[in-house]
Amino acid sequence: MSASGVIIAGAAETNEIGRLPNQSTLGLHIEAAQNAVADAGLTMKDIDGIATVSAPGPVQVAHALGIYPDWVDGTGVGGTSFLLHVRHAAAAIRAGYAKTILITHGESGRSRVGAPPFRGDPASPAGQFEAPYGTLGPTTTFTIPLLRYMKEYGLTHEQLAYVAVAQRQWAAKNPRAMFRDIINVEDVLASRMVAYPFHLLECCLVTDGGGALVVTSADRAADFPKPAVHVLGTGEASETPMISQMLDFTESRMFRQAGLRAFAEAGITTADVDHLMIYDAFAHVPIYGLEALGFVKKGEAGPFISEGNTEPGGVLPLNTNGGGLSYTHTGMYGMFAIQESVRQIRGEAAAQVDNPQISVVVGNGGMFATCGVLVLGRQPR
Amino acid sequence: MPPRSKAVPAPTPETQPYWDGAAAGELRIQRCVDCGEPYFYPRPACPSCGSANVEWFTASGDATLYSYVINHRPAPGFEDDAPYAIAVVQLAEGPRMMTSLVGVPATPEALVLDMPLRVTFEQRGDISLPVFTPVTAGDAS
Repeated sequence: MSASGVIIAGAAETNEIGRLPNQSTLGLHIEAAQNAVADAGLTMKDIDGIATVSAPGPVQVAHALGIYPDWVDGTGVGGTSFLLHVRHAAAAIRAGYAKTILITHGESGRSRVGAPPFRGDPASPAGQFEAPYGTLGPTTTFTIPLLRYMKEYGLTHEQLAYVAVAQRQWAAKNPRAMFRDIINVEDVLASRMVAYPFHLLECCLVTDGGGALVVTSADRAADFPKPAVHVLGTGEASETPMISQMLDFTESRMFRQAGLRAFAEAGITTADVDHLMIYDAFAHVPIYGLEALGFVKKGEAGPFISEGNTEPGGVLPLNTNGGGLSYTHTGMYGMFAIQESVRQIRGEAAAQVDNPQISVVVGNGGMFATCGVLVLGRQPR
Repeated sequence: MPPRSKAVPAPTPETQPYWDGAAAGELRIQRCVDCGEPYFYPRPACPSCGSANVEWFTASGDATLYSYVINHRPAPGFEDDAPYAIAVVQLAEGPRMMTSLVGVPATPEALVLDMPLRVTFEQRGDISLPVFTPVTAGDAS
């Protein structure tokens, strides 16, 4: 069954991304929403469905924008949530629950203006069985599986570093990227050690910003100022609330599960994919993503990237905005990965790939905790 | 502001036997009576077959080093420990758990994947916390 019949009609980020100490989390949601609705040539009065993560939440965002929606989704499962929102919105539109759905992201991840405090619950499973061992956020947990992968599959420190090198080549073409200077493997390995084997340049940025999408039915595809981006297939999955309980430290089950579903729904194989975004909170995540979705065999993603296949001029353009490593990473980066895929399909990206027909977005939430996958296309299938 | 101390776990009714075991110097985990599968973290139903017919048992305390990071940005209370290892170990019974490694330098040279480890315990507030230490030659039980 194809998921076609649903399109992304509007997509935009906040006016600026990076360091925005004069905008709150809610303010970033509002600005992103206004930009996306304007991008679709609509007004807030046209919106009848809302989706966003739990803080500040869909009720707050809708109310701030003067929207009284018929459909509400507050799925908050980390940085991939917005991919799940697109999937849920597609289902809602096909079911007739709503006609024009707004999905928003805003996060004062760096400046922490109007942002919820970080807090851990000492009675939660993670509070009892991980936090006492000195974990402190993603740098200390998301990173733990990699040494096992390196031992099993021979990935080298230089190959890991090259993920950041390749993505910086894309960022260098993008005026909105936070880091744009070309780097080499030696630069990455000379950067400060954060959590061995990860150096600073193998970890994502921490920034402020936002983005939003307008999703509607494909029978309206000709009604909007920008080319329609068709939602051809979607998938979602969850795996583990704690990194220590990831099933196999050398592969992501959730990436594979959600990817298989999305590819089957779209009726595509990896050979059909012209452009790819894989959520890169850390340099190893694209490696796990390429292998889980079957773009390369197990253990081959490191050499695949270091041989130049994913950088400008390569056969599989990957993370063409520069990614979380070089473009921006507010904390919940998934919205920005979707935005870049939309720009590439529309032909309006800063580092534009040659006429991509199919773009795939692979999102991660938490530490290999949740996944959403979107197959987006220039044409319906 | 006074320095923050290391995180102390807060047991729940379902996890209390684990922490009681640690206080007695034992690593107690659960297994399914119906399918026989041992599992961690503590919870009242088997993740393999769904049975609520589960029991506690004392694990051997033997493990191997499955993976780790050496953290240079300390969590509150860990300032004097940095850089320190945050490890995941594979118990001899099969399940994996996060832990700290004691009695060994936090260096890639000293921390070799699959090295044998044995449980020991560290006091943290009112809680006894399972941690692991390398098994050295001549230390075989």
